[in-house]
Amino acid sequence: MKIIACIKRVIDYNVRVQINREGNGVVTDGVKMSMNPFDEIAIEEGLRLKEKGIADELIVVSIGGSDSQQQLRTALAMGADRAILIENTDDLVPLGAAKLLLKVIEKEQPGLVILGKQAIDDDRNQTGQMLAALWNRPQATFASEIVVEGDTATVTREVDAGMETIEIDLPAVITTDLRLNEPRFVKMPDIMKAKKKPLDVIAADSLGADSAPAVGTSDYSPPPTRESGVIVESVDDLVNALKARGLV
Amino acid sequence: MIERDVMEYDLVVVGAGPAGLATAIRYKQLNPEDSVCILEKASEIGAQILSGAVMEPKLLDTLLPEWRDNKPAICVEARKDRFAYLTKNKSIRLPTPPQQKNHGNFIVSLGSLCHWMGTKAEELEIDVFPGFSAADALFNEQNEVIGVRCGDMGVAKDGTEGPGYAPGVDIHAKFTVLSEGCRGSISKQLIKKYALDAGKSPQTYGLGFKELWQLPAGRTTAGNIQHTIGWPLDSATYGGSYMYQLDQDRLSIGFVTGLDYADPDFSPFEAFQQFKHHPQIKALLDGGEILSSGARTIIEGGLQSLPKQDMPGALLVGDSAGTINVVKIKGIHMAMGSGVLAAEHLSETKTTEGYDAKWRASNLNTELHKIRNIRPGFTKGLWRGLITAAIETVTFGKLPRTLENHSDHDSLNKLDGYQSPDYKWVDRDLPPRDRLASVYFASNEHDEDQPIHLKVTDTDLCVTKCTEEYGNPCTRFCPAGVYEIVEEEGNKRLQINSANCVHCKACDIKDPYQQINWVTPEGGSGPNYQNL
Ligand SMILES: Cc1cc2nc3c(=O)[nH]c(=O)nc-3n(C[C@H](O)[C@H](O)[C@H](O)COP(=O)(O)OP(=O)(O)OC[C@H]3O[C@@H](n4cnc5c(N)ncnc54)[C@H](O)[C@@H]3O)c2cc1C
Ligand code: SF4
Repeated sequence: MKIIACIKRVIDYNVRVQINREGNGVVTDGVKMSMNPFDEIAIEEGLRLKEKGIADELIVVSIGGSDSQQQLRTALAMGADRAILIENTDDLVPLGAAKLLLKVIEKEQPGLVILGKQAIDDDRNQTGQMLAALWNRPQATFASEIVVEGDTATVTREVDAGMETIEIDLPAVITTDLRLNEPRFVKMPDIMKAKKKPLDVIAADSLGADSAPAVGTSDYSPPPTRESGVIVESVDDLVNALKARGLV
Repeated sequence: MIERDVMEYDLVVVGAGPAGLATAIRYKQLNPEDSVCILEKASEIGAQILSGAVMEPKLLDTLLPEWRDNKPAICVEARKDRFAYLTKNKSIRLPTPPQQKNHGNFIVSLGSLCHWMGTKAEELEIDVFPGFSAADALFNEQNEVIGVRCGDMGVAKDGTEGPGYAPGVDIHAKFTVLSEGCRGSISKQLIKKYALDAGKSPQTYGLGFKELWQLPAGRTTAGNIQHTIGWPLDSATYGGSYMYQLDQDRLSIGFVTGLDYADPDFSPFEAFQQFKHHPQIKALLDGGEILSSGARTIIEGGLQSLPKQDMPGALLVGDSAGTINVVKIKGIHMAMGSGVLAAEHLSETKTTEGYDAKWRASNLNTELHKIRNIRPGFTKGLWRGLITAAIETVTFGKLPRTLENHSDHDSLNKLDGYQSPDYKWVDRDLPPRDRLASVYFASNEHDEDQPIHLKVTDTDLCVTKCTEEYGNPCTRFCPAGVYEIVEEEGNKRLQINSANCVHCKACDIKDPYQQINWVTPEGGSGPNYQNL
């Protein structure tokens, strides 16, 4: 079985994100970029399924500018077999991303597609679901455990009420949650090996998918800053302070 | 026995600052067939570099002339220089010393410049490994350096192998170049092992802070530079501020204090924050916001303290040795200069031997010789120092005398009968409130489940002798608040909040008992500075 893991290059989770001076985006100049952490978990799960002998090839796919090759190389160093970059620098929303990924999936015919449940830059949590719908295959989102046997996968999902276990037919789309696994460290000799693994670059507009966004973002603003608190001496002071503000 | 992978290179470079990058790039330019790698403990190249920084461009011009067409994220031409003496409320302009003139120089973020140089190194097919620290040097039976061992990944806090444990690789190389910057952890071991500092003056250091601010529009002029001395330091303490105005209403502001200060109660962090509340500075900062901040030590001993820079199999370059021109606070061109010289020496002679002699015959040595007496002149206080500086400058350092340095760890007064000066410090309201708030702007990341990388030999001494004699100065000099004395059920103990460490190395230097050893944490841990 072939597995495809999809990854996105995002602003690193340690970075304090700042809105640019024009208010129409966030600052990326000189800012550290990394692989979306949920996608790292997707790759790790793909590798574990390969190590168990369930999969025989792990392909990583990303959509983005040529910089995204850096994250794809990291995925190859973790152990993926080959990488595909769908090169695109235009604005993209989850539906557009799902349409582009579908084109690659139709060509590669994987038995399983694993994605992060969401990307930490826009936190949309939609691409996996949309992809399953477009592909017309089952989906299991927010996975914290995956067991593959024959043509089915038993997936434990993290839902609001606790855990839910479902069985789905393969091929299918699974999105990862934080507890699924802990991604491995990249080893130095593997970084060298990764430099020689195949990485194909495909222009997004050559795929024939209509990926133009139907929604846009008009402006960005930071959340309002919290006013500093006051320390009150006694309950009476508290009541008086609340009264003064007309709150009781 | 742990099984480790071994990788073979012609040249391994430890630390991707200006010195290491220049060494690797120059070496590969001269020997395209040779294999070269650079190890960097930060998760990205440049992410743990902190510098002013006004750069003299001549070395970069020869090494990578294309840099002027492809400038890093922060890069503006230096314009006006102002030099001032501050009293608590006034700013008195002084004539700009010739060493502080900056015509033709550039204000850069050294972090983003190094990041850019890292991409150039990759284009030359140098193997650049961010996220990998060199933990130890490796030796052969003849006691020659044969490479380095990378730090293990995934070791749990108690030292056992965690689930993701990956032993560090051994890198074997014909030549090992240490470019770890000020107080390098391997450089320190090697200086000791090969007695490279024999017959030299003790080394002396400063602790530098830096914040990058976004200011309300129109307050700054890109390229303007100001340095100050005086308030908030008393005249016995060496130090001063720098302020570099950038484009897009951004400002680099920082403060450096000599680590030879004597007052055990003194807090370098507080001094920096006080400086920001001087009326002239506060007016500039009010209403702005901090984008990033951090701290790093500076090696200030100069020529008197410069160790021998070669040993069997390895070289020290840049501030691993201490090549900075401390009077100008300019170390970037000196670091690049020694990197280039080291690469040329290795290419020509195919041995590390003779590099130190070559360095001392070079114009890098001449530059440091001219100014050798200025920093030690300040050990007798600000005014004596300024007089020495003036004499040494007008005589171009030609007077036949060399003043000695003294070490920093024994410069503290004991509490016994000592009265701290009254600094007349003001109430503060500019951010950051305290050191923890400041660390937040360093985007620090250390996996909590790893061994503490600040090795304190005898923690009993901390709560007995040190409390008594000095009142635990580590709780004040550490810019990140890593050291705390906590009391539990009547018992005091030292708590080390190692996850906050910004790798400045001040504790390794200033601890009066010299019992703190900074070692490399898991690769990729530590600050993630943006544009510092
Ligand atoms: C506050 C401040 C202001 C300054 N202002 C100026 C200025 O205006 N102009 C100027 O020219 N100079 C200035 N300097 C000095 C200048 O920054 C230094 O001289 C210069 O950075 C030294 O270069 P380096 O390559 O030797 O070391 P560094 O720049 O310190 O680089 C060392 C690199 O090695 C890495 N490293 C260390 N140990 C290991 C290890 N064991 N394994 C892997 N990686 C490791 C570090 O993470 C770092 O990236 C300033 C310095 C400070 C602190
Ligand atoms: S623990 Fe030491 S190296 Fe780390 S920030 Fe504090 S003084 Fe600097």
